[in-house]
Amino acid sequence: MPHTLAEKILLAHSEADDLSPGDIVMVRVDTVLANDVSGPIAFRQMEKIGARRVFDPARVVMVADHFVPAKDARSAALQKRLKEWAQDQGVAYYDQGRGGIEHTLLAEEGWIVPGEVIVGGDSHTCTYGALGAFGSGLGSTDIAAALANGEIWQPVPATIRVRFDGRKGGFVSGKDLILAVIAEIGVAGATNAVLEFVGEGARELTIDERLAVANMAVEAGAETGLFPADEVTRAYLSDRLTRRWDELRSDDDAEMAGHVRVDVGALGPLVAAPHSPGNVVPLADVAGTLVEQVYIGNCANGTITDLRQAAAVFRGRRVHPRSRAVVVPATQTIFRQAMREGLLDVFAEAGAMVSTPTCGACFGGGMGVLAADETAVATTNRNFRGRMGSPEASVYLANAHVAAAAAVAGELVDPGELIEAPAS
Amino acid sequence: MRFAGRAVAIEQDNVDTDVLYPGSYLNIEDPDLMSPHLFEGLDPALRDEMAPDTILVVGANFGTGSSREHVPLAMRASGVSCLVGKSFARIFRRNCLNLGLPLVDCPDAVIRTETGARVEVDLDAGVVMVDGDLFTVAPMPDFMRRMVAAGGLIPWLRAGAA
Repeated sequence: MPHTLAEKILLAHSEADDLSPGDIVMVRVDTVLANDVSGPIAFRQMEKIGARRVFDPARVVMVADHFVPAKDARSAALQKRLKEWAQDQGVAYYDQGRGGIEHTLLAEEGWIVPGEVIVGGDSHTCTYGALGAFGSGLGSTDIAAALANGEIWQPVPATIRVRFDGRKGGFVSGKDLILAVIAEIGVAGATNAVLEFVGEGARELTIDERLAVANMAVEAGAETGLFPADEVTRAYLSDRLTRRWDELRSDDDAEMAGHVRVDVGALGPLVAAPHSPGNVVPLADVAGTLVEQVYIGNCANGTITDLRQAAAVFRGRRVHPRSRAVVVPATQTIFRQAMREGLLDVFAEAGAMVSTPTCGACFGGGMGVLAADETAVATTNRNFRGRMGSPEASVYLANAHVAAAAAVAGELVDPGELIEAPAS
Repeated sequence: MRFAGRAVAIEQDNVDTDVLYPGSYLNIEDPDLMSPHLFEGLDPALRDEMAPDTILVVGANFGTGSSREHVPLAMRASGVSCLVGKSFARIFRRNCLNLGLPLVDCPDAVIRTETGARVEVDLDAGVVMVDGDLFTVAPMPDFMRRMVAAGGLIPWLRAGAA
């Protein structure tokens, strides 16, 4: 029987002889992730299960990233609990200053292996699809079961195949590709499904851009967003992991629940307007919108690629007096790389604030939340009402070129008004 | 499994977990301390409608967004016994079932229901009653029904069901 990539991964991790969409099976997990928000609740649930030790300390990783650095004593207590629990269990732990935002970090650190199953107490665990891994975001009780037993209950998802035709140009990035998909299928369009990204426009994406695309699969309701691992994946992983892995892909005659095609060559920068990631419009439709804050960072678009794009705009320019800008390298490694390349100095000279890696203001946690009646442009993945602070604030989601240009102009503008488009 | 209670209706579709429980309160661990922040970004007045027999009746793709278990924990602590919706987002559905908080997909019943209606849900028979009007629902998969009947994932695991 032909199978999709998602089905092949799940079948290899279950006792089932065969499986198809809608079946519920127990699935073995290769890696379990939690953070300072989801971890402590999961630990309490794990105690209620009656499990004292994790199923395999080598397969568990804890990352302090949400309220980092701690904004108050309560947040500090969560991080203290996370650290002490990790040390007691003998599992990997990334403290502030040593790690960064979990999803960018785990890819960078070689935790993510194509064909493996990674469960995380964070909805953007779908990001790992960028490397051909089944990354599934779960709540704390599921994570507790995974920590205790190394397995989860899993409804087998259908697959929606997304074909990116052509090659992107101008100021188009991975962000625009996934926004185009969400615009097409809607915020619930991939419920009970995974997205699978194929075509020339998918293959030519760097891993940084694939991370940006896969990260927002959940914004279409998908469980994960898979890029079949290929030579780009292999090059990225060559100095990150030693484990063997296969280039799995869907069988040619595997059944798809739907097909989406995006003409990448015809695409211009897109923006998700308030208050939904599905409220996608061409940048030109909202040009001229005045902007009080620009936020460049998060698990979707805080990579070195994003920082380079932002720096190309900021170099030799200043943040507009109306605006303020916050730049958040996603990991400590990216932070240092940006420092070596002089990018942090470009940001600081432009009048932007550079933050330590943190989830921060993306979810309203701290480090740059918004006041009522303020408008922000963010490279993050959600612009729900109140997400970044006041329920009366407005957030536009955009790529790093567009965000940086908005900071310089004090309003949403085509980056082409400031700099030459990069060669594609 | 049967649940009966007073409906509290949330009509909008795509109600996300950020408006249900804003991120700035994610550093709270005790469910009793979470419930004062439930619905904060949506309509804080909904909290005054909560009672021990509340059945939340909601729109499509309810609970979209974050994996924060604070939302169903706060709902349970506020007295919600069951949810009836047009549809639910994936992680929110899992979180509710794992906590033993049942939910059923029944768009026809949702359209018929206003806050204050008397709602009865019979998971075994696959029916929802709204002020005496009967609606049928697709049967809950056996696995989920057994887990909810056990009280959620943790009691189900403790019983050695896996």
